Amino acid sequence: MSISKNNLILYIGILIFGIAAPFLFPAFKVQLSILCVLIVLATTWNIQGGEMGYNSFGNILFYGLGMYLCASVQVGMFFPLAEWTESGGEKTFVHTPAQFFQGMAVGLVVAAVVPTIVAGLIGYSILGLRGHYFAICTLGLGVAAGEISGGIEIIGAGQGFTTPPFPDVGSLESRGEFFYFLSFVVLILTFVAVRGIYSTRFKLILNAIRDNEDKAEAMGIETMKYKIVGWMISAFFCGLAGGIMGGLVGYIDSTDVAFDGREMGVFMVLMAILGGKGTLWGPIIGATVFHIFKEGFWTFFLGWQYVALGVLIVVIVIYFPEGIMGWLREKYPERFGEVVDEKDRKAQVELK
Amino acid sequence: MISVQACLDGILLGILFALIAYGMALQWGVMNIINIAQGDLVILGGYIAYFMYLYGIHPAWGVIVSPIIMYFVGIAIYKLVINKVVDRDLFISILATFGISILFMQLMNFAFGADVVLANSDYGTTMLFNSNVVLPNSKIFSAFISILFAICLVIYMKKSRLGRAIRATAQNARAAKILGVDTEKVYAATFGINAALCGVAGALISITFTIHPYMGLPYTIRSFMIVIVAGLGNLPGVAMSGMGLGVFEEFADYILGTEFRIGSVFLLLVLILVYRRFKLSRKREYLK
Repeated sequence: MSISKNNLILYIGILIFGIAAPFLFPAFKVQLSILCVLIVLATTWNIQGGEMGYNSFGNILFYGLGMYLCASVQVGMFFPLAEWTESGGEKTFVHTPAQFFQGMAVGLVVAAVVPTIVAGLIGYSILGLRGHYFAICTLGLGVAAGEISGGIEIIGAGQGFTTPPFPDVGSLESRGEFFYFLSFVVLILTFVAVRGIYSTRFKLILNAIRDNEDKAEAMGIETMKYKIVGWMISAFFCGLAGGIMGGLVGYIDSTDVAFDGREMGVFMVLMAILGGKGTLWGPIIGATVFHIFKEGFWTFFLGWQYVALGVLIVVIVIYFPEGIMGWLREKYPERFGEVVDEKDRKAQVELK
Repeated sequence: MISVQACLDGILLGILFALIAYGMALQWGVMNIINIAQGDLVILGGYIAYFMYLYGIHPAWGVIVSPIIMYFVGIAIYKLVINKVVDRDLFISILATFGISILFMQLMNFAFGADVVLANSDYGTTMLFNSNVVLPNSKIFSAFISILFAICLVIYMKKSRLGRAIRATAQNARAAKILGVDTEKVYAATFGINAALCGVAGALISITFTIHPYMGLPYTIRSFMIVIVAGLGNLPGVAMSGMGLGVFEEFADYILGTEFRIGSVFLLLVLILVYRRFKLSRKREYLK
């Protein structure tokens, strides 16, 4: 992949801003880390929803799985897991800093790898469904996972699971900074990986699947293989994001935090659509706008934020299905490298 | 004896599910949309009956009042949102109705509080088989009312002018338009009838079971499942698979425990879809 000069400046600018952000806005560190996680979720949703045309409500499955796995490994490496959840947040066991970071590192690896394997295993049966059957099936998967994990005793069942508290390493600021930089690194990893993917043949195959799957298959593409690989890539980063989010929130509940299909599961779809499906920058812009909007409502319309979100979903889906990037593309097609024939455009405007 | 109890409970429950699923099949067949807010309409209908109960009216009257109110709620939703998604991609309708679902969930949470409530009907119980099987009369009442409404609706669809227009639109909307059917009105009426059916079911659920603002989504999933198993426009099939689902749920509740009840419903949905996918892939087809 080649990077033009303008883009290079842009990337370096974003990188510098990203590194400086927690020091510039110390009060918003947690919000910035959540924003990073949201961008990761939206970007990876876009691999299926935008590029592959498989609108999934089920990526929340990997997110929640990663969250539970990361926390369980982090606890289970050093202490008995059942007793930890039994005590329900009572600090009978305390992680030393070394134990905490080791546990976090191993936990994140597990949180990324296991959902990927799960995605590969269920991919063959789930990705054979099409259109709205796929959407409803994945919605069912997410909710089923939430309900079932809410009945399992060892991970806290209905009363929730407290993740290990951040160890005392000197300054009070370090917790926020640690999670911010962790999520920022994951964000950069995701961006680099997705950008890399989008500049290869793989993306073209995904687009072919979106545009006409039967035709793609007839052209000799093993669509099922590529669909599963696409889903596995999504699962990998969703799991990572979930692991970080679990540590950040500090408390895992099966249906309200981890497998929150009614909120987070819809948010990722919404963010990608708001920004513009099937573009690299769309989900990033969408997630940023969405997060600012959501937090604004949180502060000013306390209690009414979900009502506002419901209205927002309806409005975006009905009046703005192309998203911000789609709107920009329509307005300034030259900037997207599209050659516009002035005569042709005029003719089309007249037709409208 | 416990299995007889579970079977009877399940069948009575399943008749209610079938009523909701019939509404789902109706709008899916006619307008080609999948309404995620279906369950929330049911719960809203339930709250109407519950409020009548709070003000001292017998909740069974909710069976008449709630569909009338819900019909207009349905028309309003159609005018505001649904008519803009009818001709578009199914996924757009899923997302838009998901938004409506969240909206309704939260509004009901504000208006009625997050408590689990039920409207007590004082109908007593029926004992069968030497008092080994206990059936609340309210369940029998609700099953009876559901069947009554379903029969009325079928006759209405067969005989009335609007019913015929609805069926014509379901078969071919364009041809119906050419022949002078005002499809816009038909769509609105279909959605209104669907909401009214949800209202009836909700009122019955508030008598027989409990209602809670966040309980809508499982009802949507159940009706979706029943419709895909039975197929669109297959009323006996809808009734049968509804009862089957009811029995399945009662047994899952009994064997696995109540905490896995909703989970097992959603898992069954996934299993059914995956089964159908493998069945069809043998013929090199896929679910359309």
